[in-house]
Amino acid sequence: MSGRLLSAQVFWIGLVLVGLLAAFALLRPASFATPFNLLNLVSDAAILLLLATGMTYVIITAGIDLSVGGVLVFSAVAAALTAEATGSLLLGAAAAVLSGLGWGLLNGVLVAHGRIPALIVTLGTLGMSLGAALLLTGGVDLRAPGELNLGLGLARWLGVPHLVWICGAITAVLGFALARTRFGRHTYAIGSNAEAARRAGVRVGRHLVTVYGLAGLLAGLAGYLSLAKYGITGVSAHSTDNLQAIAAVVIGGTSLFGGVGTVAGTVIGVFIPAVLQNGFQILGVRPFWQQVVVGAVLIAAVYADQRQRARRDQ
Amino acid sequence: MAGPLLEARGIVKSYGHVEALRGADLALPPGEVVALIGDNGAGKSTLAKILSGVEPPDDGEILLDGRPMAFSSAEDARAAGIETVYQDLALCADLTPAANFFLGRELLKPGLLGRLGLLDDAAMRERARQACERLGVELKSQDAPVSTLSGGQRQGVAVARAVTWARRVVFMDEPTAALGVVQTRRVLDLIRGVRDSGVSVLLISHNMQDVKAVSDRVEVLRLGRRVARFDTAQVSMEELVGAMTGARG
Repeated sequence: MSGRLLSAQVFWIGLVLVGLLAAFALLRPASFATPFNLLNLVSDAAILLLLATGMTYVIITAGIDLSVGGVLVFSAVAAALTAEATGSLLLGAAAAVLSGLGWGLLNGVLVAHGRIPALIVTLGTLGMSLGAALLLTGGVDLRAPGELNLGLGLARWLGVPHLVWICGAITAVLGFALARTRFGRHTYAIGSNAEAARRAGVRVGRHLVTVYGLAGLLAGLAGYLSLAKYGITGVSAHSTDNLQAIAAVVIGGTSLFGGVGTVAGTVIGVFIPAVLQNGFQILGVRPFWQQVVVGAVLIAAVYADQRQRARRDQ
Repeated sequence: MAGPLLEARGIVKSYGHVEALRGADLALPPGEVVALIGDNGAGKSTLAKILSGVEPPDDGEILLDGRPMAFSSAEDARAAGIETVYQDLALCADLTPAANFFLGRELLKPGLLGRLGLLDDAAMRERARQACERLGVELKSQDAPVSTLSGGQRQGVAVARAVTWARRVVFMDEPTAALGVVQTRRVLDLIRGVRDSGVSVLLISHNMQDVKAVSDRVEVLRLGRRVARFDTAQVSMEELVGAMTGARG
């Protein structure tokens, strides 16, 4: 599967996404299929895309990262406090990215060298990062510096928000790196058979630390961008980010058993729930249905993956 | 006869209170197939792990071309031209044969792109295809992941990989254990092919028929020590079994 930007599964879920878009566009041509609405949809999904891209790498190594929502909030708080204390947005951004990287490296070291299951490590750091963020803020939401919220939060290029350009560019680069570079190849190899990779001379421990570090760094950047977009740190708004990111990755055809997956699939996996939510809102369907449908799609995606593996391993 | 290419002298290895090897010796002459046989628990796999650098010995020495070597990892052994085909094959099932061939030794694109870590997949695919062809490993496609291959094809890929990189010695741990009659014959042909290309083979096996069919020499391990050495052409199946079980020694 590796070395290819597109696989058969990505093609099929891509068709599902196109089908959804077509259906909503036909049902509500005047309100759904407008540049304004679609741009809104994309910019709402952009930040989740960063989290899901990092998650794709992690899950391909047969790992998991539950901490992303907590790390995002911690990084947003770190950015807000740093920017306020120093008056520098750049230092605020650096604080967000570095604290995200720090949490990610901690995850990686504990998973790779502490031999603790990733599920437990990242559940622990989810609680730690979120708790630490609340300790720093005293439990209340911090506001973003005005020049950040009104600047990066609103800025557009060619009519598209900067946030979308940033997230899109990073996702594209990381998708390409996963498919075409040695780093990506080792990511697949570790998820496929870590012992074989080790015997072949791949530095498995170091690679895992880097992958979790990358996921943390992306969560940190997502924290900064979320602070810019929404104007607040959102301490209680990110408790299901991890599940949303995991759902997107899995819907996108990445196997929870590791070794298989693409960032292209993850992009589609991010947009299927986003399009459903947006479309349901416009149709006047109660938005809770989106959660029900996404849950069902998730189960169907994993079922398909299991079937495929069972057939293959016979 | 020239001196042995690879030699182990007095290797001792314990796991807790269990003495797996108690001063084991082994000699592998250049360009020969040596079979290492022994009953379960005789220490065959432990000796192979030590010789391939996976585990360090507690005592004893390993000589390559008469020079003492200290392997601290499988990479050291590989750097010295020693490759291992593990019993579990150590293949990444989700990767293509070519990706497995070059795992840990990927070919990168020339110039700046390579500096950035960009893989040269076309070159790797071509070289893997050539290696498979040369050794008679037939694959329908180089693009399908290893998981879609039959047991025999996987074995072929693992052996071809080891042989491609081995300059001196290939260890094979029970290479025919999971195979049918036809596939076994093919692996044995492969082993002869490897020897004829000048690389020594250490074959670890339970299967006396395989040992008789392909090896030049047999070394017998029992209870962590070498108890007998034979010239394969001059030994009977009964003598081999007797030496293994200790009925005769």
